[in-house]
Amino acid sequence: MNPISASLFLRRLFRRRLVLFAFVVLALIILLAILAPLVAPYSPTGMRVINRLKPPSTLHWFGTDEFGRDVLSRIIHGGRASLGIGMAVVVTSMLAGTTLGLVAGYFRSLDALIMRGVDAMMSLPDILLAIFLVAVLGASAGNVVLALAIVYTPRVVRVVRGSTLVVRELPFVEAARTLGVSTWQILTRHILLNVASPILVQATFIFAYAILAEAGLSFLGAGVPPETPTWGTMIASGQQFADRAIWVVLFPGLAIVLSALSLQLLGDGLRDMLDPKLRKAL
Amino acid sequence: MTPPLVSVHNLCKRFGQPPALVHAVEDVSFEVRRGEVLGLVGESGSGKSTIGRLILRALDPSEGDIAFDGLPIARISQRQMRPLRRRMQMVFQDPYASLNPRLRVRDIIGEALDAHGLAPGKARRARLATLLETVGLEAAHADRFPHEFSGGQRQRIGIARALAVEPDLIIADEPVSALDVSVQAQVLNLLQDLRRRFGLSMLFISHDLDVVELMCDRIIVLYLGRVMEIGPAEQVCRSPRHPYTQALLAASPRPDPDAPRVRRLLTGDIPSPLSPPSGCVFRTRCPLATEACARQIPPMIAAGHDHAFACIHADAVPPSALPEATGDDIR
Repeated sequence: MNPISASLFLRRLFRRRLVLFAFVVLALIILLAILAPLVAPYSPTGMRVINRLKPPSTLHWFGTDEFGRDVLSRIIHGGRASLGIGMAVVVTSMLAGTTLGLVAGYFRSLDALIMRGVDAMMSLPDILLAIFLVAVLGASAGNVVLALAIVYTPRVVRVVRGSTLVVRELPFVEAARTLGVSTWQILTRHILLNVASPILVQATFIFAYAILAEAGLSFLGAGVPPETPTWGTMIASGQQFADRAIWVVLFPGLAIVLSALSLQLLGDGLRDMLDPKLRKAL
Repeated sequence: MTPPLVSVHNLCKRFGQPPALVHAVEDVSFEVRRGEVLGLVGESGSGKSTIGRLILRALDPSEGDIAFDGLPIARISQRQMRPLRRRMQMVFQDPYASLNPRLRVRDIIGEALDAHGLAPGKARRARLATLLETVGLEAAHADRFPHEFSGGQRQRIGIARALAVEPDLIIADEPVSALDVSVQAQVLNLLQDLRRRFGLSMLFISHDLDVVELMCDRIIVLYLGRVMEIGPAEQVCRSPRHPYTQALLAASPRPDPDAPRVRRLLTGDIPSPLSPPSGCVFRTRCPLATEACARQIPPMIAAGHDHAFACIHADAVPPSALPEATGDDIR
């Protein structure tokens, strides 16, 4: 893809209403999480047992949970942990995956070694591997990030390696080599710069997967400790009241669906924009 | 006596492992003299680009020796090769794929300077301007991206990048074959100007005999990785001795339609380099082939000063298959 100005890129990206909608929803969710202490109507941990399992009302828009805590406030605060963990997983797996993918794609002698490791990890179901890792490492937010980063790194390695294999054969890379440009410069300026778009697309998808996986781990009791409000822990602790007070699990569930869906839609939009073959069809 | 700028001796390059061993370059010897333009001509698959890449050590030779300015370079490490890279540069065939689409022109050319610590700091801007003007572009073009240029302009950027390190040798790998015919002439003129101005030696790789005749002092005709004929451009093109060269010339349109010419068009395709024919590799398509051609690899036979060819039917080949049409004949 030829580099185009950022404003033109965004205008083309948002020409599709659904992508624009996804972006706005996502921006809203992230903003709420960042500003949580300012915008949440109640404390996320303030218990009033007398208010226990109250249905949605003008006082408590999303109702209250089994300890009388405001569900809306907990969702807003829970977004900090859920999105924060998702973001940390994206950053960690991108760094590790991009490095390993570039090395595997460029240095053919290390390719087989790295890719067999990647294949071995990808042959295990994501969530099982994550549960196993959390069980070994111990349940904490940091270890959930580490476990999920390990689970998703192989996907990034595959994407980056594949693109690197294509780009490394292009004449401008050969030109750089015959100019006497150092290997480090070739990897960063020539190859990384030209495989950045598939990495970006992959990042949005992994963000979505990580939010879902964090919720899944928390639900199964292998995630962050239940006293930390995350969307996953809210569903986990609320499930036993779901028959009487559906709002306790419905709203955190919707928060997960909405963020994951927005990220996937945004990722699809980016992919279509950055893949020249698909872009022609737009 | 100073050695030739490049001398190549018994160079071989094979790709892959037997049974799928590709004989890309077989037993090729020649030299590039100082200040000359040497043409490498052949069909696709004849190994001409491979030879260019072997000299640059973008590929490692299987056998044989390469000397650059008297220094043996066939088996030195890439690290040892780095200081020599400043002295030999390449101009690529595809002006689109040979420039990184994400870098500005100033970074594309600047990278060549950085790699060898040239024109650092304040001198950079002036050097870039000079280089761009040398190839017929403007200093202001330095801030643009490759996609803002036409094919011909991009090729000029590629040439500026090669010139940036002030090389002694430029290997031009089909530098105009991806360009429109009208633009080809401009780029060829530029290359000739630069050659005169900077006293460059050039290895000019092309499949187009007319372009090679125009550009080169001497020509090597390659077929299936082997040298068929080597000699001064005028002799090779006016009185070719090897039947393959004659066929190539017969296939290329000549400006004078009345000039008598031998119609000896080749049939069939170039054989697979996986299993080249025994003896003379050209015998499967040669009109003069006999059983003897299969038995031995023909040696290079001298045909006058600097001119040699590899064909055992030397006498059967008419000394001048393409007689020069003079004005007298027509009148």
